[in-house]
Amino acid sequence: MKKYLPLIIFTVLLAVPFIGFSTYIMHILILVLMWSVIGMAWNILGGYTGQVSFGHAAFFGVGAYTAGILYQHLGISAWWGLPASIVVLTALSLVIGYICLRLRGAYFALATLALGEICRVTAENLVDFTRGNLGILIKERTWVDKTWYFYIILFIAAVTYSIIKIVMESKLGYYFVAIREDQDAAESLGIDTTFYKTISLCLSGILTGTAGAFYMNYMGYIDPGVVFPLYDISIVTVMVVMVGGAATYGGPVIGAVIMVFLAEVIRSLPHIGAAHQTIFGIILIFIIMFLPNGIAGDYLKLFKIFRKHNRASS
Amino acid sequence: MNLIEVKNVSKRFGGLAALSEVTFELKQKEILGLIGPNGAGKTTMFNVINGFYPPSSGEVHLRGRKISNRKPHQVCKLGVARTFQVVRPLQRMSVLDNVIASAFMRAATKAQAEEVALEVLKFSNLHDDRETISKGLPLGKRKRLEIARALATLPEIILLDESFAGLNPTEINEQIEIVNKIRSERGITILIIEHHMKVIMSISDRIVVLNYGRKIAEGIPSEIGRSPTVIEAYLGEEHRA
Repeated sequence: MKKYLPLIIFTVLLAVPFIGFSTYIMHILILVLMWSVIGMAWNILGGYTGQVSFGHAAFFGVGAYTAGILYQHLGISAWWGLPASIVVLTALSLVIGYICLRLRGAYFALATLALGEICRVTAENLVDFTRGNLGILIKERTWVDKTWYFYIILFIAAVTYSIIKIVMESKLGYYFVAIREDQDAAESLGIDTTFYKTISLCLSGILTGTAGAFYMNYMGYIDPGVVFPLYDISIVTVMVVMVGGAATYGGPVIGAVIMVFLAEVIRSLPHIGAAHQTIFGIILIFIIMFLPNGIAGDYLKLFKIFRKHNRASS
Repeated sequence: MNLIEVKNVSKRFGGLAALSEVTFELKQKEILGLIGPNGAGKTTMFNVINGFYPPSSGEVHLRGRKISNRKPHQVCKLGVARTFQVVRPLQRMSVLDNVIASAFMRAATKAQAEEVALEVLKFSNLHDDRETISKGLPLGKRKRLEIARALATLPEIILLDESFAGLNPTEINEQIEIVNKIRSERGITILIIEHHMKVIMSISDRIVVLNYGRKIAEGIPSEIGRSPTVIEAYLGEEHRA
């Protein structure tokens, strides 16, 4: 049963557009899928390989800008951004990997944190190229209806999930986890840790960039503050994975569902809606304290808590 | 034939000379013991051979090829595996997955890696624990897992760093048997660091003694046991009879 669960979820999602949900619900579902992709992508590097990044907005934003700039300067469809972002993100990941992956632990995390901010400031200032804070607007949207956007991001999510599944059950996956558990031991067992960390970063970067390119097409407007922010992208990415469960297949998807719905619910509340980041922060602290492996990793613990609670109340 | 030649190797950390001008050879299919008091430079010697540290001066050769200044993973590919003094299993992986991860270095497919891993686990008496998460293993088995992981890279030479420390007498006997089998059945040459004198005296063909980073003696175990310089290094001068 557990083996077929992803396939069942995928099939159900395929049928969703026929149910006739409102545009708003479809929008939420699209966001959930997009965050699942970003979470799964981050998970390759941060969850399995153990290299925690606080700068995934850089990959997301560069993916989005790849699509946007193709449209803006070459006048071709922003959908070309999807394949183009693979090339651009590979190049970017190689450069970043070369510089940052010689750092370990907290130093790597700090370097990536800086990276996201560097990208934002660069995009703000390269006005001729990126239109700076004016942002890039796609004047003619591909579809008014959400259906095809939904199917496209569903397809990207399914491909991402499959890639991760295949990778993690191969030599690469074993090497990623070996590096996470003990880099020196991995090195002395014949694993070229720098090389495999770079591969992990490239995979993670490319998949995140694809989500970014999709975002450009879907939202039709980007500016540096929207696609490169530390809080709304980089930190939320980490939270999606931490809440759902790092280094699990389903974790990022669960995390994406929770975070997107939570964000919507909190934003709609009167008075405290503006404080949604504060609330996110408090949730993160509780998750780290009580469910350090996230919901997918610690669900047994969750069951236990609920059972105890039920027994107490009955 | 000399498999490994350590030639005038020195390693300095700032002003501290952890190794100075150490020279010795490791012959094919021998078990060479490396002993010395705490801080003598034994583990540093391993780290130089294995590629974690480049030597400050001197060279290490493997079958006549210079390997100092190569990285650990390259040295491992050339056939030199090692274990760590502080056991370092990949904690959140099962015993089998741990060994598969290192078997992948020579295996092309997962099936092949698994085959090698299972064989190595049988060899080191860990087959029954293969599904256990490594974190939960008792020390004796973790030490054996270290050896199993090193063996899964199909090495020609294995460097064992205190594989006996902290074991109880039963575990020590079991471990001695495995170390002897590594040579007799797999034909692997062994360089071993050990504090346990009885063990090192009984399993080594030859012994190299380090003290304050210098080689102070080299020879067969019975000679080393009688050598006044070695006794002095271990017990201090007053104990000399």
